[in-house]
Amino acid sequence: MEALISYYKTFPVVRYSTVVIILVSLCAALLGVSLVLKRFSMIGDGLSHVAFGATAIAAAAGFAPLYVALPVTVIAAVLLLGVKSSKIMGDAAIAMISAGALAVGYLMLNLFPSNASTIAGDACTTLFGSSSIIGIGVTDVIVCSVLAAAVIFIFIFFYHKIFAITFDEGFATATGTKARVYNTLLAAVTGIVIVLAMKMVGALLISALITFPALSAMRVFKTFKKVVVCSAIISVSCALLGIIVCITASTPIGPTIAVANILVFAGFFTAGKLIEKK
Amino acid sequence: MPLIECKNLTLGYEGKTVLEGVDLQVNRGDYLCIVGENGSGKSTLMKALLGLKAASGGSLVYGDGLKKNGIGYLPQQTTIQKDFPASVYEVVLSGCLGKRGLLPFFSAEQKRLAKENMKRLGISDIAEKCYRELSGGQQQRVLLARALCASSDLLLLDEPVSGLDPVVTNELYALISDLNREGLTVIMISHDIAAAVADATHILHLSHTALFFGTTEKYLDSEIGRRFAKRTISAINNYTNNIIGNKGGKHRWKH
Repeated sequence: MEALISYYKTFPVVRYSTVVIILVSLCAALLGVSLVLKRFSMIGDGLSHVAFGATAIAAAAGFAPLYVALPVTVIAAVLLLGVKSSKIMGDAAIAMISAGALAVGYLMLNLFPSNASTIAGDACTTLFGSSSIIGIGVTDVIVCSVLAAAVIFIFIFFYHKIFAITFDEGFATATGTKARVYNTLLAAVTGIVIVLAMKMVGALLISALITFPALSAMRVFKTFKKVVVCSAIISVSCALLGIIVCITASTPIGPTIAVANILVFAGFFTAGKLIEKK
Repeated sequence: MPLIECKNLTLGYEGKTVLEGVDLQVNRGDYLCIVGENGSGKSTLMKALLGLKAASGGSLVYGDGLKKNGIGYLPQQTTIQKDFPASVYEVVLSGCLGKRGLLPFFSAEQKRLAKENMKRLGISDIAEKCYRELSGGQQQRVLLARALCASSDLLLLDEPVSGLDPVVTNELYALISDLNREGLTVIMISHDIAAAVADATHILHLSHTALFFGTTEKYLDSEIGRRFAKRTISAINNYTNNIIGNKGGKHRWKH
């Protein structure tokens, strides 16, 4: 505990990072409920690979990764999720995009290394997240916080619309809700969250933040509102726990949070089974 | 003025005509059943009635104060709904959404409307239950209550009894008839010609064009009505008389 406090005192950036990680986890959990229910988990996973590819290309070309990965991923998200394309986008296509983006990204890192000795390190960081939470710069922190706050606002403001287009798109459209617009919005916001989360937990582990809290909550709770609230609480708790363990035991942040989520899922799964038996 | 009037309506996808030359009038208080085989254009016509599909020829006009999106719709269930965590109240309330525009939350008036419609369909006591854990008949009641939240004028039902057992099917038909008697206009797509002629006031028989449109009595007198409906009905009546006995059927099908 003392180590934790002194760490916070020595590195003010840690405080900001903590805020960002919690905000991003919250966003991922909120959107996760809708994505999981719409059967879009795999597409979300594919998108995180696209974000990796875009980041690698940006790094190779010497641009700031965030500002390239963000638009590329958002556009990919809108194309894959927004334009109701689940029929055209079979799962083979998602596998193609995932593997393709990974290959191109890693190739770029090797062909145009920013510093030859760190290729493996760069790839590892982008795929599995920073090894410690001070790896996040102050500007990134501000950008991330603003975007995350916007995502949370959008989710709350359009909560009922998101429920309607998730539960029954046909009915929503027929009774005057512009499902297409909200699908596109949901997709764009998903793209943003994926890019933000990549900074923290790495491209390969984003899906854990998106799917685990929602799936855990669904084991136990049976109304949409309760599932959303519970999944937000799970996600934030796991993020906090992950940060504490990360600082005290010097574990990488992404996998730590992911493992916390796995444990919570195991707990909720068991609880769900016990409730059913009653 | 009719609620919906179609004149020589033609519908199609990418230049391929699915349905042509449909003349149709739906007046307030009507109960119209749209029958026809799979692929006869029923679903396409339904999309057009809901305003989701533009006519490629002819006209479709709303009248008598009916607005676009002012139709309560009972769609077929989707696979997503089978494991969706949502309470009955959440689902019913979402029917009011079309009236909200951009406003983020529901008004007290809309919450009251949702509760009133749940009461009307006898599902108030399961308001907090999870939708996916209900029986098929209860789920249809929930979706019906949601549709009533969306519109108090016109209800459009897409094969509402598919997958329900005979007892629940009859209950649902009786419920829809009751709503119709209370003044709600009903348009129902159905495979079930026997039930259609028993309850509906008007029949539209489709097969890429309107083979028949008119009142149920005239349908039963018409060539096509005799061919399709009577055969089914007499089969059902024979079954009811011989096997279950006269007491067995709730409906005595009209001849």
